[in-house]
Amino acid sequence: MREIKASEIAGAVRDMCIQANYTLSADMKKKFEESAEKETSPLGKQIFGQLQENLKIAEEEQIPICQDTGMAVVFLKVGQDVHVEGNLTEAVNEGVRRGYEEGYLRKSVVRDPIDRVNTGDNTPAVIHFEIVPGDQVEITVAPKGFGSENMSRVFMLKPADGIEGVKNAILTAVRDAGPNACPPMVVGVGIGGTFEKCALMAKHALTRDLDEESPIPYVRDLEKEMLEKINGLGIGPGGLGGVITAMAVNIETYPTHIAGLPVAVNICCHVNRHVHRII
Amino acid sequence: MEYHIQTPISKEDAAMLQAGDYVYLTGTIYTARDAAHKRMDEALNRGEDLPMDLNRNIIYYMGPSPAREGRPIGSAGPTTASRMDKYTPRLLDLGLGAMIGKGKRSQAVLDSIVKNGAVYFAAVGGAGALLSKCIRESSVIAYSDLGTEAIRKLEIKDFPVIVVADSRGNNLYETELLKYRREQD
Repeated sequence: MREIKASEIAGAVRDMCIQANYTLSADMKKKFEESAEKETSPLGKQIFGQLQENLKIAEEEQIPICQDTGMAVVFLKVGQDVHVEGNLTEAVNEGVRRGYEEGYLRKSVVRDPIDRVNTGDNTPAVIHFEIVPGDQVEITVAPKGFGSENMSRVFMLKPADGIEGVKNAILTAVRDAGPNACPPMVVGVGIGGTFEKCALMAKHALTRDLDEESPIPYVRDLEKEMLEKINGLGIGPGGLGGVITAMAVNIETYPTHIAGLPVAVNICCHVNRHVHRII
Repeated sequence: MEYHIQTPISKEDAAMLQAGDYVYLTGTIYTARDAAHKRMDEALNRGEDLPMDLNRNIIYYMGPSPAREGRPIGSAGPTTASRMDKYTPRLLDLGLGAMIGKGKRSQAVLDSIVKNGAVYFAAVGGAGALLSKCIRESSVIAYSDLGTEAIRKLEIKDFPVIVVADSRGNNLYETELLKYRREQD
C-alpha cells in the first residue's frame, strides 16, 4: 500500500488548473497550426491569425487564453494499492480553489442552478473517480467553458438507426452549435453504454491527445469521416464561414443494451484544455 | 469595408455599417451578461432607471477574469449573445445602439435591430487575452455583488469587431457559411 498525502493532490490540481488556462497542450497547438494552413476563407484565415496571436499573448503576458476559465472537470484514476491520507474530494476542491484564486482565473460556478449565487472560488469541481489497478494516481484537469458546453447533446437512438443515425446525430449537434460554440471546435463523442455513460465518454474523449487515433478500426474511420463532414458544413472559424469548423473528432465506444444506441456529442471550443499528471 | 468608429455609435454610423464590415471601436462601452440583464429587466419592471444611459451606447456581453496588479482587466472575450435575447428588444427600444457578443440571435432581436437602427457586432470568441489589450480602463459601476457579472464601464481603443447583423436585416452567420458549405451525402 502506497501512501499519498491529500495535500500533494491539492497542490497538483492547483498547478494544473493554472497551466491549463494559460497554455494549450502541445497536441492542441499542433492541431491549430495544421488547421490554420488548411483554411481558405480570408476572414477565417484572419481569425486563425488572431487566435494564434491570442495564444502567444496568453502565454507570454500571463492572461488566461479565454475569460471563461471553465468549470473544473477532474478525472481521477486512483490505483487500488494507494492509500490517500486525508480527504481526496476535498483535496481536489482545495486545489481548484487555490488555482483559481492564485492564478487570476474567473470564478464561474454558482452554488445552486436556480438561486445562482456565485460560490466565489470556482468550487466545487466535477470529479470523476475510477479505481484502477496499481499504486499511482492519474489526474486529468480539463476546465470546460460553457459556450460550447451549452451546445452539447445526448441522443437516445434506436438500434435500427445504426451508424447513419450516429453520423446524423453528430452533424446535427455541430450544425446547431454553429457560431455559439466558438469554432474551430473539438468534438468529443460517446457511443453506447447508457444515458450517463455515453455523456461521460464524450467528455473523456475531449481529453484524449488529438494525435491519438482510436484503436478500433471502424471508429478510427468514423473519426476521419466525421471531421471531413463537419468541415463541409461551412461554419468556419468564428462561425463566419470557412472550411475548418472542427480541428478534431474524438470518439469513444462502450457495449450497450440490445434495445439502445445512445450517442453523446460534447462540443468544445478551440480552447480545449486538458492537463495530465501521474503521482 | 474597414472602419474606425467612435462610441457611442451614432444613428448615421449604424446605418452605414453592413454585415461583414470590420470595425475598430474606440470610446466608452458597458459590459453586461446574464445576471446583469436579469437585474436591469427587473429594475425596468419596477419603473427604476438603469445603471447607465443606454442612448446609442454599446453593451459588451462579457465577464472578465480578474486583473493582475497594474493591469485594467484580465482576459476579456465575448460570451454567447443568445442568452441575452430575452431581454434585448426592450433595451434596443430604450435606445441601445449596438451589442458586442458572439453567436446567433433570435429573430425578435434581429427584427428589433432593424427597427431601431442598431448593430450586432461579433468579437472573436476565445480571444480574451488579445481583446484585453484593447481595453484601457475598467470600473464596476453597478451590481458589484455579481462579481464577474457586474456592470463595468470600459474605455476601449481600436477594439476589433465584425458586423454580423446590420440595420438592413443582413446576417453574416446565415450568408457566409453557404459559400463554404459542401453537399452532405
